[in-house]
Amino acid sequence: MQQMIIANELRSGEVVFLSEEGNWVNNIDKATVALDIDQANKLLTLAQEAEHNNKVVGAELVEIEAQDKQRFPKDIREAIRVNGPTV
Amino acid sequence: MYRYDEFDKQLVNERVEQFRDQVKRRLSGELNEDQFKPLRLMNGLYLQLHAYMLRINVPYGCLSSQQLRGLARVARVYDKGFGHFTTRQNIQFNWIKLEEVPDLLATLAEVEMHCIQSSGNCIRNITSDQYAGCAEDEISDPRVYCELIRQWYTLHPEFSYLPRKFKIAVTGSPNDRAAVAVHDIGIRMHKNDADEIGFEILVGGGQGRTPHIGKTIRKWLPENHLLSYLEAILRIYNLYGRRDNIYKARIKILVNHLGIDEFRKQVDQEWENLKEGELKISQKEIDRTNAYFQPPTYEKHNNNDFDLISFRKLNSEFNNWMLSNVAKHKVPGYAIVNLSLKGPDRVPGDLTDHEMDCVADLADHFSFGELRINHRQNLVFTDVKKSDLTTLWKKLKRLGLATANIGQLTDMICCPGLDYCSLANARSIPVAEQITNRFENLKKIHGIGDLTINISGCVNACGHHHVGNIGVLGVKKDGKEYYQFTLGGSSAQDASLGKRTGPGLPANSAVDGIETIVKTYLSIRDKNEPFIETYRRVGMPPFKEALYGTD
Repeated sequence: MQQMIIANELRSGEVVFLSEEGNWVNNIDKATVALDIDQANKLLTLAQEAEHNNKVVGAELVEIEAQDKQRFPKDIREAIRVNGPTV
Repeated sequence: MYRYDEFDKQLVNERVEQFRDQVKRRLSGELNEDQFKPLRLMNGLYLQLHAYMLRINVPYGCLSSQQLRGLARVARVYDKGFGHFTTRQNIQFNWIKLEEVPDLLATLAEVEMHCIQSSGNCIRNITSDQYAGCAEDEISDPRVYCELIRQWYTLHPEFSYLPRKFKIAVTGSPNDRAAVAVHDIGIRMHKNDADEIGFEILVGGGQGRTPHIGKTIRKWLPENHLLSYLEAILRIYNLYGRRDNIYKARIKILVNHLGIDEFRKQVDQEWENLKEGELKISQKEIDRTNAYFQPPTYEKHNNNDFDLISFRKLNSEFNNWMLSNVAKHKVPGYAIVNLSLKGPDRVPGDLTDHEMDCVADLADHFSFGELRINHRQNLVFTDVKKSDLTTLWKKLKRLGLATANIGQLTDMICCPGLDYCSLANARSIPVAEQITNRFENLKKIHGIGDLTINISGCVNACGHHHVGNIGVLGVKKDGKEYYQFTLGGSSAQDASLGKRTGPGLPANSAVDGIETIVKTYLSIRDKNEPFIETYRRVGMPPFKEALYGTD
């Protein structure tokens, strides 16, 4: 199972992803992917810290798929959140 | 329309500065998200999938051209160049940044607009008939009472933390264009034998997870007791409405739990303490408020519609538009014009900033600088000279706002759905687009007659699917989008809730399902019988069989 953290930046509301260095990035390709539950929990802790520090809101651990170096959330809601409206 | 006095301006400006400080404290961390959320909701600010969404109040749907230009500025400067008109006659912007909201609110305040109580557990924007003041069938203009109610509930200290949101709608016509029966309080205007205005009050209407048609709590309420009686209802709700479960917190749950007779008894007891107090409305107050809603100076009609009649005969497209989009005005020589925000290549209910500016200019030129939003997400020019109709139609056509479909199949109510809304389970806009494309031949639509399709992306029913003649509810099943249909809903004075046809259809079959329903209706209707009457006559069986077969 592959997961990543998706959140909204507090100031702008823009969708952001948690990267390896603990930074928040706009590009899903630069996000850190957790491959097991320990890695996922580490990401969650970082995300909670960022919420506490008023950087982001609504951080969620989201299951993703990776195909041909492309990453996308499995759930349609998260996919729309990442890619924008379909209309 | 109502104009701010110095007190209103001060109130709104102070609220802007209060929120500016709250945002500053949120960004600095002085307020955490749990503390800030109720404050931002009370200013109409949601966090949605992609960004913050801001909902701006448009009291009973009335806008000036200047206000519409203000909204265009908001769309340009603070959003991605468009806004969305809602089923509560408000406008929403989908791409807002928190840090810019205080400046945005200051921009709105310059045009006498605000977002106070457009969200949160408080009394929301009051809604009404989009033809108020002009309709032939109106008893009296409901806007006067809407404005009195609006001033009563705005920043009401007792009702700022209700168990849940609260919505009030008023109709001044026996033909209910405001869906009052599915509001927490619905108000129907009547006149008694002495020619006095009074109101029938309904309570406990609503949609969402548990839809209800409102029940009459009082058949006749004299106009001067309107506010005191509403206060009594809100007090009982505030006391006894549930706060332990947000899905059971609306007044409709309380009314059904107690029963309407017991609820009425409680309200009447409370009302005894209020009816002769400061909430009793004086004639002076009614007259003072009424002064804001005096009709414009109409020109005398010369009784010559020859040019209009001739053009209708010559141009079938214009004639279709007259039939569906133009309503009778009570003043000879004038007409009410509906601007359709539905049609090919349009997201239902959306307008770009450029279109807003153009519509504002048209309002100035053709309708005394005012316009309305209706709860079906279209706009209305209420006072257009009949002699101007052909010119206006051509200009609206150029803007793509003259689709001749008001009240017809492609005039769908459609919530933003999963493309924007974090509450949604499924998309709604693509379904509306597919339906529009499938039925794009407007002659076909006019042959189908009056038919409302209402689409919601989740059970919260912002798309009013329960009261569509055909309701469409998007759901998620096994991670995929499915669409359930309901039939037989109506939001008019004969309000009814739709009944489910059966299992939902997958996304790629939803529009086929709509076509099946429509074809079934066409095959069994009596001559010119509208869909709702056919359904009420024959019931579900033929539609169920057509959709799912006999098994």
